[in-house]
Amino acid sequence: MIEPFDLNLYQRGLVAALIIGFINGYASAFVLLHRSPLKLTALSHSLLPGVAIATLMVGLGVVSAFMGAVSAAILIGVLTILLSRETKIDDDTILAVLYTGAFAAGIMVLSRLGSNQDLDSWLLGNILGLSDLDLKMSFGVGIIAVAILSLFRRSVVINLFDPEVAASLGIRTRLLDYASFAILILVLVTTLQAVGCILAIGLIVAPAAIVRPFISTPDALFPLSALVGAGGSALGLFLSYHLDQPAGASIAATLAGLFLISVALCAVFRRVV
Amino acid sequence: MSHDHHQLDLANVRYQYGNKEALSDVSLSTHCGQRLALLGPNGAGKTTLIRLLAGLLDPQDGTLNWREQPLATFRKEIAYLPQADHHQRHFPIRVRDVVAMGRFPHIGNLKRFKKIDKEKTEEAIAIMNLGDIANRQIDQLSGGQQQRTFIARALAQEAHVLLLDEPFNGLDIESRCHLSDSLFDLSKSGHLIIASHHQLESVTEIFTHALVLDQKQIAFGPASEVMTSDVVKHTLHSCHPHLHDRAL
Repeated sequence: MIEPFDLNLYQRGLVAALIIGFINGYASAFVLLHRSPLKLTALSHSLLPGVAIATLMVGLGVVSAFMGAVSAAILIGVLTILLSRETKIDDDTILAVLYTGAFAAGIMVLSRLGSNQDLDSWLLGNILGLSDLDLKMSFGVGIIAVAILSLFRRSVVINLFDPEVAASLGIRTRLLDYASFAILILVLVTTLQAVGCILAIGLIVAPAAIVRPFISTPDALFPLSALVGAGGSALGLFLSYHLDQPAGASIAATLAGLFLISVALCAVFRRVV
Repeated sequence: MSHDHHQLDLANVRYQYGNKEALSDVSLSTHCGQRLALLGPNGAGKTTLIRLLAGLLDPQDGTLNWREQPLATFRKEIAYLPQADHHQRHFPIRVRDVVAMGRFPHIGNLKRFKKIDKEKTEEAIAIMNLGDIANRQIDQLSGGQQQRTFIARALAQEAHVLLLDEPFNGLDIESRCHLSDSLFDLSKSGHLIIASHHQLESVTEIFTHALVLDQKQIAFGPASEVMTSDVVKHTLHSCHPHLHDRAL
C-alpha cells in the first residue's frame, strides 16, 4: 500500500502535499470565518495573468512567477476598490468582471508563449513536478503565514466576529484586514504551482468546511483545519497514484468528498442524538 | 469596584459625515453611577455620539474627556455594546469565549491568558447569570441572553463606562425587565451607563438622566425634568406622535 512513496517523485509530492495542505488548511479557517470564498476564487483566477506576463518579460522562474502573481492580485484588488467607489456597483460584481477578464488575458498570454510553457500546469498544477526551490518557498511562506495568523489570532477572531467591537477594543481593524488578505494571497501563490489556480480554491476553502460541523470554537477550527488539509491532500495524492488520475484534481476531489462525508456524518449524528 | 467620582465631560462636540452635519454643540457632564438615555428621532445623532464615545469616530471639533484626560487614553475603561444582532451570524463561538474577548485590552495578542483573566471572565459570567449557558453557542441564545453576554464581556473588560446601542430593541417583556434590572445593578456598583433608547414611556423608569438630540443638543438633565420640558416634547413628538399625550 505504501508503494507510491517509495518513489522519489512521490516522496517529493507527498512532502509538498503535506506542507501545502497544512498551510491552506490553516488559512481556510480564516476564509470560512470571513465568509470570503467567492472573493478568493476571483483572486486565485486573477493571479494567472501576473504569472504569464512575468514569464513573458523575464522567463519562467519561481521568483518571477511569485512577483507577477502578487502584483496581479494587488492590481485587481485596488482596481476593484476604486471602481466600486466610482461606479456605485458592488465590489462582488466588479471583481467577477475583472477576474474573468484577467483570467482570459492570462490564458491568451500563456498561449502566446508556446508549448514549453505548459498552460495546463498553471491551470491545474503539477504537484509532482515541484523543484527544491518551490518546496523551500512553500515551506518558508507557510511558516510566515501560519506564524502571523497564530500570533494575531485573538485580534483576527474578534475582528471576524464583530469588527466594530474589535475597533473599540483597540484593534487596528483595517490594518488587520489588509494583512490577512496579503497572507491569503501569499498562500494562494505558493499553491498555484502545486494544484493550479482553479483547484487552489478547493484547498483554501474545503478543510475548514470539513471540520466546521464538529467544532464549537475558533481555537479548535484553525489547527484541526490545518491537520485535515494536510491529511486530505496526502490522501488525494495517494489515491491519484492508485486510480491513475492527475494529482491536483485528485487532491481537490478528495477534499470535496471528505466535505460531503463530514456533512453526512453530522446529519446522522444529529439524528442519533 | 465603585468608581463614582469618575466623570465624563463633553464640550462642544461636533461631527459631520462628508458635508452632512450629524451632530453639533453637544456639551454635558455625567459620572459613574448614572444611567443616561440618548433620545431623539432617527438620524438625530444618537449612534454617532455612541461611536464617538467608543472611539470609532474622531470628533471634528470639541473635546471628550474622561477623568479630566482625553477619552482616547482610557480605551480599556470604555465598553461598546452594539445591537444584539450586530455580530456575524453562525460564528462558531461559545458564550464563555465571547465574554473572554473583554480581556483583550489587558492581554493583547501576545500575553498568555492567565489565572486572573480566567477569574475575571468567570466572575462576569456569574454576575450576569450565564453559568448554565456558558458553553452554548452565541447564536443559540435569545436576544436578551445575548445582551447579557455582551454586558458580561464589558464586565470582564473591567470597563467603567458601558455604551449600549438600542439595547432594548427586539426584547420581550421579561428580557426587558431583566436588562433593566441589570443596568440598575451596574450603575449601583459604580458603572456609567449610556444607551440610545426609543421607548419613551420607559425612560424615567430605567434612566436617571436623558440627553435629547436632533443633530444638536436639545436638552440634557435629570430624566424626569427633561421628559416634561416643552421643547423636548416637541422634538420627540415628531418621531413618536402617538406618545405625545399618553407618555410624555
